[in-house]
Amino acid sequence: MSSSQSLLELLSPYPPGWGGVLLAGALSTVLISLGAYLVGIAIGLAGAIGKLKGNRPVRFVLDLYTTAIRAIPELILIIGLYYAGTDGLNRILAVLGLPAVEINGFVAAVAVLGIVQGAYMTEVFRGAILAIPVGQIEAAAAFGMRPSLRFRRIVLPALMPNALPGLANLWMCVTKDSALIAVVGYQELALATRIAAGNTKHYFLFFLASAALYLAITLISNVVFSALETRFRRGQPKTA
Amino acid sequence: MDFSWIFSYWPLLAAGAVQTVLLLVISVGCGFILAIGLALAQVVGPRWLKLFARGYCTCLRGTPLLIQLWLLYYGVGSLLPMIPGLRASFLWPILREGFFFAAVSFTLNYAAYEAEVLRGALLAVPKGELEAGRSFGMSSSTLFRRIWLPRAIRIALPTIAGEVVLQLKATPLAFTVTVMDLYAVAYKVRQDTLLVYEPLMVVTVFYVCLTLIITRAFKIVEAQVPVRR
Repeated sequence: MSSSQSLLELLSPYPPGWGGVLLAGALSTVLISLGAYLVGIAIGLAGAIGKLKGNRPVRFVLDLYTTAIRAIPELILIIGLYYAGTDGLNRILAVLGLPAVEINGFVAAVAVLGIVQGAYMTEVFRGAILAIPVGQIEAAAAFGMRPSLRFRRIVLPALMPNALPGLANLWMCVTKDSALIAVVGYQELALATRIAAGNTKHYFLFFLASAALYLAITLISNVVFSALETRFRRGQPKTA
Repeated sequence: MDFSWIFSYWPLLAAGAVQTVLLLVISVGCGFILAIGLALAQVVGPRWLKLFARGYCTCLRGTPLLIQLWLLYYGVGSLLPMIPGLRASFLWPILREGFFFAAVSFTLNYAAYEAEVLRGALLAVPKGELEAGRSFGMSSSTLFRRIWLPRAIRIALPTIAGEVVLQLKATPLAFTVTVMDLYAVAYKVRQDTLLVYEPLMVVTVFYVCLTLIITRAFKIVEAQVPVRR
Protein backbone atom coordinates (compact mmCIF):
# COMPACT_ATOMS: atom_id res chain seq x y z
CA MET A 1 0.00 0.00 0.00
CA SER A 2 2.75 2.37 0.95
CA SER A 3 4.68 2.02 -2.28
CA SER A 4 1.70 3.14 -4.36
CA GLN A 5 1.37 6.44 -2.47
CA SER A 6 3.38 9.39 -3.60
CA LEU A 7 5.50 11.34 -1.13
CA LEU A 8 3.09 14.26 -1.14
CA GLU A 9 0.15 11.98 -0.37
CA LEU A 10 2.11 10.53 2.54
CA LEU A 11 2.66 13.99 4.00
CA SER A 12 -0.87 15.26 3.39
CA PRO A 13 -2.66 16.38 6.56
CA TYR A 14 -5.71 14.19 5.93
CA PRO A 15 -6.02 10.58 7.10
CA PRO A 16 -4.35 8.55 4.37
CA GLY A 17 -1.39 10.90 4.79
CA TRP A 18 0.52 11.31 8.03
CA GLY A 19 0.99 15.08 7.93
CA GLY A 20 -1.83 15.64 10.40
CA VAL A 21 -0.26 13.27 12.93
CA LEU A 22 3.04 15.07 12.56
CA LEU A 23 1.48 18.51 12.94
CA ALA A 24 -0.48 17.38 16.00
CA GLY A 25 2.80 16.04 17.39
CA ALA A 26 4.49 19.35 16.69
CA LEU A 27 1.68 21.17 18.48
CA SER A 28 1.98 18.98 21.54
CA THR A 29 5.77 19.45 21.46
CA VAL A 30 5.28 23.21 21.54
CA LEU A 31 2.64 22.95 24.29
CA ILE A 32 4.82 20.67 26.45
CA SER A 33 7.78 22.99 25.94
CA LEU A 34 5.73 26.07 26.80
CA GLY A 35 4.30 24.44 29.92
CA ALA A 36 7.67 23.20 31.08
CA TYR A 37 9.21 26.57 30.32
CA LEU A 38 6.66 28.41 32.47
CA VAL A 39 7.07 25.89 35.30
CA GLY A 40 10.82 26.32 34.94
CA ILE A 41 10.56 30.12 35.15
CA ALA A 42 8.48 29.87 38.32
CA ILE A 43 10.90 27.40 39.93
CA GLY A 44 13.86 29.41 38.68
CA LEU A 45 12.69 32.73 40.13
CA ALA A 46 11.85 31.11 43.47
CA GLY A 47 15.14 29.21 43.42
CA ALA A 48 17.21 32.27 42.59
CA ILE A 49 15.64 34.30 45.40
CA GLY A 50 16.12 31.35 47.74
CA LYS A 51 19.77 31.05 46.79
CA LEU A 52 20.40 34.77 47.26
CA LYS A 53 18.27 35.48 50.31
CA GLY A 54 17.61 32.10 51.90
CA ASN A 55 19.11 30.73 55.08
CA ARG A 56 21.70 27.99 55.14
CA PRO A 57 19.46 24.88 54.82
CA VAL A 58 17.46 26.46 51.97
CA ARG A 59 20.65 27.33 50.13
CA PHE A 60 22.04 23.84 50.70
CA VAL A 61 18.92 22.15 49.32
CA LEU A 62 18.86 24.47 46.28
CA ASP A 63 22.56 23.86 45.63
CA LEU A 64 21.97 20.14 45.75
CA TYR A 65 19.02 20.49 43.35
CA THR A 66 20.82 22.57 40.74
CA THR A 67 24.04 20.55 40.92
CA ALA A 68 22.29 17.20 40.70
CA ILE A 69 20.01 18.18 37.83
CA ARG A 70 22.83 19.70 35.83
CA ALA A 71 25.19 16.75 36.36
CA ILE A 72 22.79 13.93 35.43
CA PRO A 73 21.96 13.16 31.78
CA GLU A 74 18.54 14.44 30.73
CA LEU A 75 17.33 11.06 29.54
CA ILE A 76 18.03 9.46 32.92
CA LEU A 77 16.42 12.39 34.73
CA ILE A 78 13.32 12.19 32.60
CA ILE A 79 12.91 8.46 32.98
CA GLY A 80 13.78 8.59 36.68
CA LEU A 81 11.43 11.48 37.43
CA TYR A 82 8.69 10.02 35.25
CA TYR A 83 8.60 6.68 37.02
CA ALA A 84 9.79 7.79 40.45
CA GLY A 85 7.50 10.82 40.32
CA THR A 86 4.29 8.97 39.54
CA ASP A 87 5.26 6.13 41.89
CA GLY A 88 6.23 8.53 44.68
CA LEU A 89 3.03 10.53 44.32
CA ASN A 90 0.92 7.40 44.56
CA ARG A 91 2.85 6.26 47.64
CA ILE A 92 2.23 9.60 49.32
CA LEU A 93 -1.44 9.34 48.41
CA ALA A 94 -1.52 5.79 49.81
CA VAL A 95 -0.02 7.01 53.08
CA LEU A 96 -2.67 9.71 53.26
CA GLY A 97 -5.32 7.09 52.59
CA LEU A 98 -6.30 8.47 49.20
CA PRO A 99 -6.81 6.38 46.07
CA ALA A 100 -3.99 6.16 43.55
CA VAL A 101 -4.17 8.43 40.53
CA GLU A 102 -3.25 7.77 36.94
CA ILE A 103 -1.12 10.71 35.93
CA ASN A 104 -1.87 12.31 32.62
CA GLY A 105 1.08 12.00 30.23
CA PHE A 106 1.01 15.69 29.36
CA VAL A 107 1.07 16.78 33.01
CA ALA A 108 3.88 14.36 33.77
CA ALA A 109 5.92 15.56 30.78
CA VAL A 110 5.46 19.21 31.74
CA ALA A 111 6.32 18.53 35.37
CA VAL A 112 9.42 16.48 34.58
CA LEU A 113 10.81 18.90 32.00
CA GLY A 114 9.82 21.83 34.22
CA ILE A 115 11.84 20.46 37.13
CA VAL A 116 14.84 20.03 34.82
CA GLN A 117 14.42 23.53 33.37
CA GLY A 118 14.01 25.00 36.85
CA ALA A 119 17.54 24.05 37.82
CA TYR A 120 19.04 25.83 34.83
CA MET A 121 16.67 28.79 35.25
CA THR A 122 17.72 29.18 38.88
CA GLU A 123 21.30 29.79 37.80
CA VAL A 124 20.29 32.11 34.95
CA PHE A 125 18.10 34.25 37.22
CA ARG A 126 20.65 34.24 40.03
CA GLY A 127 23.28 35.64 37.69
CA ALA A 128 20.82 38.13 36.22
CA ILE A 129 19.82 39.44 39.65
CA LEU A 130 23.44 39.74 40.71
CA ALA A 131 24.13 41.80 37.57
CA ILE A 132 21.58 44.49 38.54
CA PRO A 133 23.42 47.58 39.82
CA VAL A 134 22.86 47.47 43.56
CA GLY A 135 22.12 51.21 43.68
CA GLN A 136 18.86 50.69 41.78
CA ILE A 137 17.56 48.32 44.43
CA GLU A 138 18.82 50.54 47.24
CA ALA A 139 17.07 53.51 45.67
CA ALA A 140 13.79 51.59 45.65
CA ALA A 141 14.30 50.61 49.29
CA ALA A 142 15.09 54.22 50.15
CA PHE A 143 11.73 55.25 48.65
CA GLY A 144 10.08 52.88 51.08
CA MET A 145 8.97 50.20 48.63
CA ARG A 146 8.02 46.94 50.26
CA PRO A 147 10.13 43.91 49.15
CA SER A 148 7.32 42.49 47.00
CA LEU A 149 6.69 45.79 45.26
CA ARG A 150 10.42 46.35 44.83
CA PHE A 151 10.74 42.92 43.24
CA ARG A 152 7.86 43.51 40.86
CA ARG A 153 8.68 47.07 39.80
CA ILE A 154 12.49 47.21 39.95
CA VAL A 155 14.17 43.81 40.16
CA LEU A 156 12.03 41.96 37.63
CA PRO A 157 12.22 44.53 34.80
CA ALA A 158 15.92 45.11 35.49
CA LEU A 159 16.86 41.45 35.45
CA MET A 160 15.04 40.59 32.22
CA PRO A 161 17.59 42.03 29.78
CA ASN A 162 20.37 40.24 31.68
CA ALA A 163 18.51 36.96 31.76
CA LEU A 164 17.15 36.97 28.21
CA PRO A 165 20.09 35.39 26.35
CA GLY A 166 20.17 32.57 28.90
CA LEU A 167 16.40 32.21 28.71
CA ALA A 168 16.55 31.99 24.92
CA ASN A 169 19.13 29.21 25.16
CA LEU A 170 16.97 27.34 27.64
CA TRP A 171 13.95 27.58 25.36
CA MET A 172 16.00 25.96 22.59
CA CYS A 173 17.05 23.28 25.05
CA VAL A 174 13.53 22.52 26.20
CA THR A 175 12.12 22.23 22.68
CA LYS A 176 14.79 19.65 21.96
CA ASP A 177 14.62 17.93 25.34
CA SER A 178 10.91 17.44 24.81
CA ALA A 179 11.87 14.91 22.13
CA LEU A 180 13.12 12.72 24.96
CA ILE A 181 9.56 12.45 26.24
CA ALA A 182 9.08 10.09 23.28
CA VAL A 183 11.18 7.54 25.16
CA VAL A 184 8.63 7.35 27.99
CA GLY A 185 5.84 6.99 25.45
CA TYR A 186 3.95 10.27 25.40
CA GLN A 187 3.07 11.17 21.85
CA GLU A 188 4.76 14.34 20.72
CA LEU A 189 6.58 15.13 17.49
CA ALA A 190 9.41 12.62 17.86
CA LEU A 191 7.17 9.70 18.74
CA ALA A 192 4.56 10.68 16.13
CA THR A 193 7.34 10.66 13.54
CA ARG A 194 8.52 7.27 14.62
CA ILE A 195 5.02 5.86 14.43
CA ALA A 196 4.38 7.39 11.01
CA ALA A 197 7.73 6.17 9.73
CA GLY A 198 7.26 2.70 11.16
CA ASN A 199 3.83 2.34 9.61
CA THR A 200 4.75 3.49 6.13
CA LYS A 201 8.41 2.36 6.07
CA HIS A 202 9.31 5.78 4.67
CA TYR A 203 11.77 6.45 7.48
CA PHE A 204 13.86 8.95 5.61
CA LEU A 205 10.97 11.13 4.51
CA PHE A 206 9.30 11.38 7.90
CA PHE A 207 12.43 11.97 9.95
CA LEU A 208 13.48 14.70 7.53
CA ALA A 209 10.00 16.22 7.77
CA SER A 210 10.08 16.27 11.55
CA ALA A 211 13.62 17.65 11.56
CA ALA A 212 12.27 20.45 9.35
CA LEU A 213 9.43 21.06 11.83
CA TYR A 214 11.86 21.28 14.76
CA LEU A 215 14.06 23.60 12.72
CA ALA A 216 11.05 25.78 11.96
CA ILE A 217 10.25 25.96 15.69
CA THR A 218 13.83 26.98 16.39
CA LEU A 219 13.98 29.61 13.66
CA ILE A 220 10.64 31.15 14.65
CA SER A 221 11.75 31.22 18.29
CA ASN A 222 14.94 32.99 17.24
CA VAL A 223 12.89 35.78 15.67
CA VAL A 224 10.61 36.03 18.72
CA PHE A 225 13.52 36.19 21.15
CA SER A 226 15.40 38.85 19.23
CA ALA A 227 12.20 40.93 19.16
CA LEU A 228 11.81 40.41 22.91
CA GLU A 229 15.39 41.44 23.47
CA THR A 230 14.97 44.75 21.65
CA ARG A 231 11.79 45.35 23.65
CA PHE A 232 13.41 44.65 27.02
CA ARG A 233 16.53 46.63 26.16
CA ARG A 234 14.64 49.76 25.16
CA GLY A 235 16.01 52.79 26.96
CA GLN A 236 19.28 51.04 27.69
CA PRO A 237 22.46 52.47 26.23
CA LYS A 238 23.57 50.61 23.12
CA THR A 239 27.13 49.38 23.19
CA ALA A 240 28.85 49.00 19.85
CA MET B 1 17.44 -0.53 48.42
CA ASP B 2 18.82 -3.72 47.02
CA PHE B 3 22.17 -3.76 45.27
CA SER B 4 22.82 -7.52 45.27
CA TRP B 5 22.22 -7.63 41.50
CA ILE B 6 25.49 -5.78 40.95
CA PHE B 7 27.48 -8.96 41.63
CA SER B 8 25.91 -10.88 38.77
CA TYR B 9 25.69 -7.92 36.38
CA TRP B 10 29.05 -6.26 36.81
CA PRO B 11 30.65 -7.67 33.62
CA LEU B 12 27.72 -6.26 31.63
CA LEU B 13 27.91 -2.96 33.49
CA ALA B 14 31.62 -2.71 32.77
CA ALA B 15 31.07 -3.47 29.07
CA GLY B 16 28.31 -0.84 29.00
CA ALA B 17 30.56 1.73 30.63
CA VAL B 18 33.22 1.02 28.01
CA GLN B 19 30.66 1.56 25.23
CA THR B 20 29.57 4.86 26.77
CA VAL B 21 33.13 6.13 27.13
CA LEU B 22 33.99 4.91 23.63
CA LEU B 23 31.03 6.82 22.17
CA LEU B 24 32.13 9.93 24.01
CA VAL B 25 35.78 9.66 22.93
CA ILE B 26 34.94 8.94 19.29
CA SER B 27 32.37 11.71 18.99
CA VAL B 28 34.46 14.32 20.77
CA GLY B 29 37.68 13.36 18.96
CA CYS B 30 36.29 13.17 15.42
CA GLY B 31 33.79 15.95 16.07
CA PHE B 32 36.53 18.31 17.14
CA ILE B 33 38.53 17.79 13.94
CA LEU B 34 35.38 18.35 11.88
CA ALA B 35 34.58 21.43 13.95
CA ILE B 36 37.97 22.99 13.18
CA GLY B 37 37.18 22.72 9.49
CA LEU B 38 33.67 24.08 9.91
CA ALA B 39 34.82 26.99 12.05
CA LEU B 40 37.61 27.86 9.66
CA ALA B 41 35.20 27.69 6.73
CA GLN B 42 32.94 30.19 8.49
CA VAL B 43 35.77 32.58 9.28
CA VAL B 44 37.92 32.62 6.15
CA GLY B 45 36.18 30.39 3.62
CA PRO B 46 34.80 31.52 0.27
CA ARG B 47 31.19 32.61 0.26
CA TRP B 48 29.60 29.30 -0.70
CA LEU B 49 31.64 27.42 1.91
CA LYS B 50 30.69 29.97 4.56
CA LEU B 51 27.03 29.53 3.72
CA PHE B 52 27.33 25.76 3.78
CA ALA B 53 29.05 25.73 7.17
CA ARG B 54 26.53 28.19 8.64
CA GLY B 55 23.63 26.14 7.29
CA TYR B 56 25.12 22.95 8.68
CA CYS B 57 25.49 24.43 12.15
CA THR B 58 22.00 25.94 12.11
CA CYS B 59 20.35 22.71 10.99
CA LEU B 60 22.16 20.44 13.43
CA ARG B 61 21.76 22.81 16.33
CA GLY B 62 18.12 23.42 15.48
CA THR B 63 16.96 19.81 15.56
CA PRO B 64 17.01 17.35 18.47
CA LEU B 65 19.83 14.86 18.57
CA LEU B 66 17.26 12.10 19.02
CA ILE B 67 15.73 12.91 15.62
CA GLN B 68 19.15 13.06 13.97
CA LEU B 69 20.02 9.70 15.47
CA TRP B 70 16.79 8.12 14.30
CA LEU B 71 17.12 9.74 10.87
CA LEU B 72 20.50 8.09 10.46
CA TYR B 73 19.63 4.76 12.03
CA TYR B 74 16.17 4.19 10.58
CA GLY B 75 16.41 6.46 7.52
CA VAL B 76 19.88 5.97 6.13
CA GLY B 77 20.00 2.53 7.71
CA SER B 78 16.98 1.46 5.69
CA LEU B 79 18.51 2.80 2.47
CA LEU B 80 21.91 1.15 2.94
CA PRO B 81 20.84 -2.41 2.10
CA MET B 82 19.66 -1.12 -1.29
CA ILE B 83 23.24 -0.42 -2.31
CA PRO B 84 24.24 -3.52 -4.26
CA GLY B 85 27.08 -5.55 -2.84
CA LEU B 86 27.20 -3.74 0.48
CA ARG B 87 25.51 -6.51 2.38
CA ALA B 88 28.21 -8.97 1.33
CA SER B 89 31.13 -6.63 1.86
CA PHE B 90 33.45 -6.53 4.85
CA LEU B 91 31.88 -3.20 5.93
CA TRP B 92 28.50 -4.74 6.65
CA PRO B 93 29.24 -6.00 10.20
CA ILE B 94 30.09 -2.39 11.15
CA LEU B 95 27.29 -0.72 9.21
CA ARG B 96 24.72 -3.09 10.68
CA GLU B 97 25.44 -2.01 14.26
CA GLY B 98 23.57 0.74 16.07
CA PHE B 99 26.91 1.79 17.50
CA PHE B 100 28.15 2.98 14.11
CA PHE B 101 25.09 5.18 13.58
CA ALA B 102 25.24 6.51 17.12
CA ALA B 103 28.92 7.38 16.73
CA VAL B 104 28.33 9.12 13.40
CA SER B 105 25.33 11.16 14.52
CA PHE B 106 26.95 12.14 17.84
CA THR B 107 30.06 13.21 15.95
CA LEU B 108 28.13 15.33 13.45
CA ASN B 109 26.08 16.90 16.22
CA TYR B 110 29.06 17.64 18.45
CA ALA B 111 30.91 19.17 15.50
CA ALA B 112 28.07 21.63 14.90
CA TYR B 113 28.06 22.90 18.49
CA GLU B 114 31.84 22.92 18.76
CA ALA B 115 32.21 24.80 15.45
CA GLU B 116 30.21 27.70 16.90
CA VAL B 117 32.46 27.80 19.95
CA LEU B 118 35.61 27.67 17.83
CA ARG B 119 34.33 30.28 15.41
CA GLY B 120 33.98 32.75 18.26
CA ALA B 121 37.37 31.78 19.62
CA LEU B 122 39.11 32.16 16.25
CA LEU B 123 37.70 35.67 15.98
CA ALA B 124 38.76 36.43 19.56
CA VAL B 125 42.48 35.82 18.97
CA PRO B 126 44.21 39.22 19.22
CA LYS B 127 45.04 40.51 15.77
CA GLY B 128 48.54 41.59 16.82
CA GLU B 129 49.55 38.01 17.53
CA LEU B 130 48.60 36.97 14.01
CA GLU B 131 50.36 40.00 12.54
CA ALA B 132 53.45 39.15 14.57
CA GLY B 133 53.46 35.65 13.14
CA ARG B 134 52.94 36.98 9.61
CA SER B 135 55.76 39.47 9.98
CA PHE B 136 58.07 36.57 10.84
CA GLY B 137 57.29 35.25 7.38
CA MET B 138 55.07 32.35 8.46
CA SER B 139 52.98 30.87 5.69
CA SER B 140 49.25 30.97 6.42
CA SER B 141 49.14 27.24 7.16
CA THR B 142 52.01 27.48 9.65
CA LEU B 143 50.42 30.55 11.16
CA PHE B 144 47.17 28.66 11.61
CA ARG B 145 48.85 25.57 13.03
CA ARG B 146 51.24 27.31 15.39
CA ILE B 147 49.45 30.47 16.52
CA TRP B 148 45.86 30.93 15.45
CA LEU B 149 44.41 27.52 16.33
CA PRO B 150 46.31 26.93 19.59
CA ARG B 151 45.39 30.39 20.82
CA ALA B 152 41.77 29.90 19.85
CA ILE B 153 41.62 26.54 21.62
CA ARG B 154 43.14 28.11 24.71
CA ILE B 155 40.51 30.85 24.64
CA ALA B 156 37.68 28.36 24.14
CA LEU B 157 38.91 25.78 26.65
CA PRO B 158 36.39 26.46 29.44
CA THR B 159 33.53 26.35 26.91
CA ILE B 160 34.92 23.17 25.35
CA ALA B 161 34.92 21.53 28.79
CA GLY B 162 31.25 22.41 29.12
CA GLU B 163 30.49 21.05 25.65
CA VAL B 164 32.22 17.75 26.41
CA VAL B 165 30.13 17.34 29.56
CA LEU B 166 26.98 18.09 27.54
CA GLN B 167 28.05 15.50 24.99
CA LEU B 168 28.57 12.98 27.79
CA LYS B 169 25.05 13.66 28.98
CA ALA B 170 23.74 12.99 25.46
CA THR B 171 25.30 9.52 25.20
CA PRO B 172 22.46 7.54 26.86
CA LEU B 173 20.34 8.36 23.78
CA ALA B 174 22.31 5.64 22.00
CA PHE B 175 20.25 3.05 23.86
CA THR B 176 17.29 3.91 21.62
CA VAL B 177 19.19 2.42 18.66
CA THR B 178 20.14 -0.81 20.44
CA VAL B 179 23.61 0.22 21.60
CA MET B 180 24.39 -1.65 24.82
CA ASP B 181 25.79 1.33 26.67
CA LEU B 182 25.68 1.69 30.44
CA TYR B 183 22.17 3.07 30.39
CA ALA B 184 20.94 0.18 28.26
CA VAL B 185 22.45 -2.25 30.75
CA ALA B 186 20.64 -0.48 33.57
CA TYR B 187 17.44 -0.76 31.54
CA LYS B 188 18.00 -4.48 31.13
CA VAL B 189 18.65 -4.86 34.86
CA ARG B 190 15.41 -3.06 35.51
CA GLN B 191 13.52 -5.44 33.26
CA ASP B 192 15.19 -8.51 34.78
CA THR B 193 14.94 -7.63 38.45
CA LEU B 194 12.02 -5.17 38.49
CA LEU B 195 14.15 -2.72 40.47
CA VAL B 196 13.44 0.82 39.28
CA TYR B 197 15.70 3.12 41.23
CA GLU B 198 18.87 1.16 42.02
CA PRO B 199 20.13 0.67 38.44
CA LEU B 200 19.37 4.30 37.63
CA MET B 201 21.32 5.34 40.72
CA VAL B 202 24.35 3.32 39.68
CA VAL B 203 24.27 4.91 36.22
CA THR B 204 23.86 8.35 37.76
CA VAL B 205 26.86 7.88 40.04
CA PHE B 206 28.91 6.77 37.03
CA TYR B 207 27.92 9.85 35.02
CA VAL B 208 28.58 12.24 37.89
CA CYS B 209 32.02 10.68 38.45
CA LEU B 210 32.82 10.95 34.74
CA THR B 211 31.71 14.58 34.75
CA LEU B 212 34.02 15.29 37.68
CA ILE B 213 36.92 13.56 35.92
CA ILE B 214 36.33 15.56 32.73
CA THR B 215 36.12 18.92 34.51
CA ARG B 216 39.21 18.09 36.58
CA ALA B 217 41.15 17.02 33.48
CA PHE B 218 40.27 20.26 31.70
CA LYS B 219 41.38 22.25 34.75
CA ILE B 220 44.77 20.53 34.55
CA VAL B 221 45.05 21.22 30.82
CA GLU B 222 44.09 24.84 31.40
CA ALA B 223 46.77 25.20 34.04
CA GLN B 224 49.42 24.10 31.53
CA VAL B 225 49.37 27.44 29.77
CA PRO B 226 50.48 30.28 31.99
CA VAL B 227 48.07 33.20 31.66
CA ARG B 228 48.96 36.59 33.02
CA ARG B 229 45.96 38.44 34.34
